[in-house]
Amino acid sequence: MSSPDKNTQYESIPKEKFQFVQLDKKLHDVEFKTKPVGYFQDAMRRFARNKGSVVCAVILLILILYAILAPMLSVYHGYIQDPYYSYALPKFSAQNSPGFWNGCSTQDINQQSYDYYSGIPGAVVELKETYEQEVAGRSQTMYKVVLDSYMKVGYVYFRLSPAEYQAALDYQEETGIQLLYPMINDSLVKNPAYKSDPNAWFLTNQKGVAQRDGNGEVQNIYLTDESSPDGFAYYRTKADGAQYEIRTLYYNWYVYQNGHEPCFLFGADGYGYDIFSRLGTGARLSLTISVAAAVLNLILGIIIGALEGYYGGTFDLLMERVKDILYEVPDVVFMILFQMYLAKKLGSLFALFIAFIVYGWMGTSSTVRAQFYRFKGQEYVMAARTLGAKDSRLIFRHILPNAAGFIITASVLSIPGIIFSEATYSYLGIVNLQSSTLTSVGTMMENGQSTLSTYPHSLFFPAAFLSILLICFNIFGNGLRDAFNPSLRGSEE
Amino acid sequence: MIKYILKRIGLMIVSMFIIMTMLFVLIRLLPNPVVAVQGGMDAALREMRDAWGYNDPLMVQYGVFLKKVFTEFDWGFCTTMGTFLQPVTEYLISKLPPTIYVNVFSVIFSIPLGVIFGILAAVFKNKWQDQVINVFIIIFISVPSFVYAFLLQYIVGFKLGWCPLVFASGTDYFSWPMFHSAIMPILALSFGTIAGNMRLVRAELSETLTTDYMLLARTKGLTRGQAISRHALRNSMVPLMPSFLADVLYVIAGSLIIEQIFAIPGIGKTYLQSINQRDYSVFMAISMFYVAIGLVAGIIFDLSYGFIDPRIRMGGGKTNELS
Repeated sequence: MSSPDKNTQYESIPKEKFQFVQLDKKLHDVEFKTKPVGYFQDAMRRFARNKGSVVCAVILLILILYAILAPMLSVYHGYIQDPYYSYALPKFSAQNSPGFWNGCSTQDINQQSYDYYSGIPGAVVELKETYEQEVAGRSQTMYKVVLDSYMKVGYVYFRLSPAEYQAALDYQEETGIQLLYPMINDSLVKNPAYKSDPNAWFLTNQKGVAQRDGNGEVQNIYLTDESSPDGFAYYRTKADGAQYEIRTLYYNWYVYQNGHEPCFLFGADGYGYDIFSRLGTGARLSLTISVAAAVLNLILGIIIGALEGYYGGTFDLLMERVKDILYEVPDVVFMILFQMYLAKKLGSLFALFIAFIVYGWMGTSSTVRAQFYRFKGQEYVMAARTLGAKDSRLIFRHILPNAAGFIITASVLSIPGIIFSEATYSYLGIVNLQSSTLTSVGTMMENGQSTLSTYPHSLFFPAAFLSILLICFNIFGNGLRDAFNPSLRGSEE
Repeated sequence: MIKYILKRIGLMIVSMFIIMTMLFVLIRLLPNPVVAVQGGMDAALREMRDAWGYNDPLMVQYGVFLKKVFTEFDWGFCTTMGTFLQPVTEYLISKLPPTIYVNVFSVIFSIPLGVIFGILAAVFKNKWQDQVINVFIIIFISVPSFVYAFLLQYIVGFKLGWCPLVFASGTDYFSWPMFHSAIMPILALSFGTIAGNMRLVRAELSETLTTDYMLLARTKGLTRGQAISRHALRNSMVPLMPSFLADVLYVIAGSLIIEQIFAIPGIGKTYLQSINQRDYSVFMAISMFYVAIGLVAGIIFDLSYGFIDPRIRMGGGKTNELS
């Protein structure tokens, strides 16, 4: 402790009491040993520490890669349609599939159907049990069978030109895969429902039950032809001999035409598209439209939101009223009106896109506006204004960089929202994006919903894809938002 | 504040009027499918169209429309939906009960459940209880309601056969078959709301738990339970009230998608039908109904923000002072 008067005597300190601290040393700042970490670098580092978000980012990347690659790499390309295989069940691979993923389903069928499917090679994979069931007071034999959805298409009729017929004949001799099967003598078909059905090649009674001979074998009703080696006719000439009508096993014919066996990993939808590659096509559209809409909304939102939030006053009030008015129109009304007015002229997809923009800019501009309201009253902005900074400098150098992370993450988080509403409107049937090369995830689900109870796979796979996509997008977006939030910095440790 | 409220209400009326004009013009420009009908109703239709000024210019039509709406609250007549030439308001009122029925149950379940689990998540923050609730929240907020609606329909309704696949018809609302058939739609409606409420409560309460007055309460000698129930809960619930109020208000709005999936003959399904069947009077009336609900909910929301946190001044100038 020193006395007060000693402290006040600083004006008369004798000169010899002073000495140089560093006379021959150079005075300079110490160079940083560590690397400087910028705002974005820091955000990325903190994002990487959030395990859940990183996992979701990886899954998201896989889903995006799937959307890009599946239609390219798949032999079905997402637009190859085969109506014979509509609603074919999911099958893992053509040769050996696990029991639950082999394109087969267990069904309870009656005698007629059992005879019918028994006549198709490979259709009945396994007969599980037979039982008696009372139907309308009469006892009926029912069969619990495992049916192969790829084989049960059975035989089909095709009309070929003579050259095509010859090519098929050559292929059959070369590979040993039978393409041509004997034609059916229509006059021997008893059941009216089986007239011109290429699968009804055996003798039945009028109800369609097979008439067996003494050995319990079904008897064929093939068309005979003396000139043929085994006595059966293998074609019927049509259009005065210009065309040959043949009867072929569709599975074999598919192999002949496409060079590979039919095998839809996720099954086929009602139109006969392969769901695996079709879903990739749909995901492409859903992702592209949502990202494009989000980017456009971001640009529009920043411009309008910054002007509104910074200047406030009349412009703000005016724009807020415009937003209020547009915002209070339910989005479904927007969708419908845009579809009604624009879809015919510009296409359903474009109308949808415009509706997303007209409705979406309000969200981003509100976010930007709120951020400007939050920052413009803060001390550092006031200090900068006091120092004479212009409005443009305050907006672009002081407020926007602080709000950038928040605005960008809000924009990223709006992408799943757009995918969500696209799927919803397609599912409701308000927007129809179905065409041969174009589809969306929601459209696929809309097509699948009518057959939910019989073919759940046509709805299940698009729904699963959409759910995983949205969940991952949201977790990823939340992680990004936390990482870019400067006020959370250091709170994790 | 009162000035601000009056301003907001005035602006609401103006907004509504502008939206109504916009919708009216856009809808009347579309070709109306029902101009004439065969048989005895034709004269009545022509009379009705004359009364509504359908053959006059658009501005006159709008004048007639405004007069009817504001003097008699008459929104037009049904053409392709409901009974032919039935007043739209009468038709829509008959569609309200199923919507309210399902939504009231949904609100009864979703607000308490959301609050309880939200509190649990905040109290056990970063423990396993919180993790489980978080997973629930993220799933049911991300996944569209029609996905879990169809899962419910397929698994509970079709595979297990516990509930009927679609809503029962009839008006016997207090009977078991009716409630039984409403279980799946109620669940499908509730999941999303429960998750949303849980997230709100969790965020609000966990923020409150870190405030200084909570520390003070503990320092004074309150146990954690006492401090949470007496101080944190009350304070954190206040800002959530507007969103719960909005939930209650939306009881009458109904859900397009759930009503469509479960075939509930409510407002939402009627709305979709009115588009497909091009009954523009019904379309117009329900659109305005939704607009009105949205506007009222918005006002409640904004006003309560001002009440709760006076630091937020909506509509202030660039220096953030209220002019």
